[in-house]
Amino acid sequence: MTAIAKEVTRSDVEAFLYREAALLDDWNLDGWLELYEPDAKYELPCNDKLDADPERDLLLIDDDHRRLQARVERLNNRRAHREYPHSRTNHQVFNVRFEPDGDRIAVTASFTVWRFRGGKTSTYVGKYRYRLRPAGESFRICFKRVELDMTDLRDVADVAIIL
Amino acid sequence: MSTIEDWTTEVIAAPARQPLVVDDQAGQTFRVHRSAMTSPDVHRAEIERVYGHSWLYVGHESEIPEPGDFVRRKVAGRPIFMVRGAKSGNVNVFHNSCTHRGALVCRQDSGNAKVFQCFYHAWSFDSEGTLKGVPDREAYSNGLNFDELGLARVARVESYRGFVFASYDPDIIDLETYLAGAKEYIDLVVDGCGGSVEIIKGTNEYSFDANFKLLVENSADGYHAQSTHDTYFKYLVSLGTDLQGGVIGEAKRLGNGHAVIEYTAPWGRPVAKWEPLFGEQAKVEIDRIRAELIDRYGEERARTMCEVNRNLIIYPNLIINDIMAVTVRTMFSPAPNRVDVTAWELAPTEEPSSLRDRRLDSFLTFLGPGGFATPDDIEALESCQQGFEGGGVEWNDISRGMGRGPMANDEEQMREFWRRWQQQMGDAADLGGAR
Repeated sequence: MTAIAKEVTRSDVEAFLYREAALLDDWNLDGWLELYEPDAKYELPCNDKLDADPERDLLLIDDDHRRLQARVERLNNRRAHREYPHSRTNHQVFNVRFEPDGDRIAVTASFTVWRFRGGKTSTYVGKYRYRLRPAGESFRICFKRVELDMTDLRDVADVAIIL
Repeated sequence: MSTIEDWTTEVIAAPARQPLVVDDQAGQTFRVHRSAMTSPDVHRAEIERVYGHSWLYVGHESEIPEPGDFVRRKVAGRPIFMVRGAKSGNVNVFHNSCTHRGALVCRQDSGNAKVFQCFYHAWSFDSEGTLKGVPDREAYSNGLNFDELGLARVARVESYRGFVFASYDPDIIDLETYLAGAKEYIDLVVDGCGGSVEIIKGTNEYSFDANFKLLVENSADGYHAQSTHDTYFKYLVSLGTDLQGGVIGEAKRLGNGHAVIEYTAPWGRPVAKWEPLFGEQAKVEIDRIRAELIDRYGEERARTMCEVNRNLIIYPNLIINDIMAVTVRTMFSPAPNRVDVTAWELAPTEEPSSLRDRRLDSFLTFLGPGGFATPDDIEALESCQQGFEGGGVEWNDISRGMGRGPMANDEEQMREFWRRWQQQMGDAADLGGAR
């Protein structure tokens, strides 16, 4: 094990993931974006192609930092009609596992994200895959990939929120 | 003074026929009664009269290149599957139901199979639909007629330039006649992609609470772009795109309910109009694609392929939008106030990776359930459907541009859809008739 991995504990990783979830649930998207490295990526494959390669296959979301920032600006805007007014969300993270990946930490976790809006309930279930860079007492996100377990989006319509 | 008796015995004349679609050329108004989107009776009739007698998109031949390759779909809500026959090499489209007692014989969304075996009693069929195996067949004292018990083919199957359509109506006109003027626009998309196209892996399957006809309208609606998709245009501006020039073009009827809007717009096109999103180094490649198309098709047609966007409605439920990327989208309402959408991205076959990367990027900025535009369309259409449910206002107005040569931000393309819809629906789309 590398020195970094020895120092990192499960509760460090969990605390960080909980913090991210809280920022999303509070709709503090600017704060949320600050967790991301300038060259970070945020990916969400289609339900029928979880192993999608973003250079060959169609994903639902394949954001570099620039588009992630645009996504945040959009969601902060009243004219993002699908999310104005905002949904209430509850990002729940569990089954957290991690291992060293060079000077990074590779994390997998299960999630449930509940979304409530206009009398409707949507539930997103799946796996998070992160690469985190230890930074001081905490981490920065280099990469986040969200793999949905639902076989399609028929029950949730869209992924206008950040998962 | 009239008495109660007088009133109750009064003969009420049968009301004149009042269609749900009112096309008033003299008054230059076009209205659609909102029960077209809300009535269970209209919805039932629509499945029979519209979906039962049209050519419906099943999938693209590129999805099943090898013998035995299959994809499972629902077409008009009915389970079918499309498989490339191992012997014939043909695209077969079968009802997905065992001829014994009904179970699905194809139970995966896609894959390759030599045999489709029903797991219930283990009857098995090959990729041409022929019944091959029945356990304990001695039990049938007169023998089983294997020829009659092959998988049932959907009544008609034809394809145009790789787009496979099926019809449940055995007597429908042939596909090319049906497509009418829409053929030429499919040609523009396919030829612009170098003549051979494929569906990119990764499917958008989503549903929401609105009638499918609202999505047909929305899929070719230049008028809503600025107001609904303001945040998308803001994003383009932040990348350095010049919005001046706007969305300019025209709407055309293509016959049989098909229609198109053709227009220039601020966004870039992988084939082949550069925009800042693509990055400086893409300029050379975009110029090369354009030069090749000019060589092949001449200046004018190449310009149309490269510069002009087209949102194509193929009646009743296929959309091919050749815009910042090419999307193929089909939809069906399982109930009046619900729509199931399945959408794909189309691209040139064996596209070089730099081009593919750019095309994927371009798609995702606008399109799909995680894009910067599609969720807001969903919001708009659900919002309309909710407005209808409230009653009080009976009619939608779709008159925009009737008094002029129809522009891309007018509503002629929607009117053309609705005219054909009313024609097919006949008296099932009458006010006071089926409701």
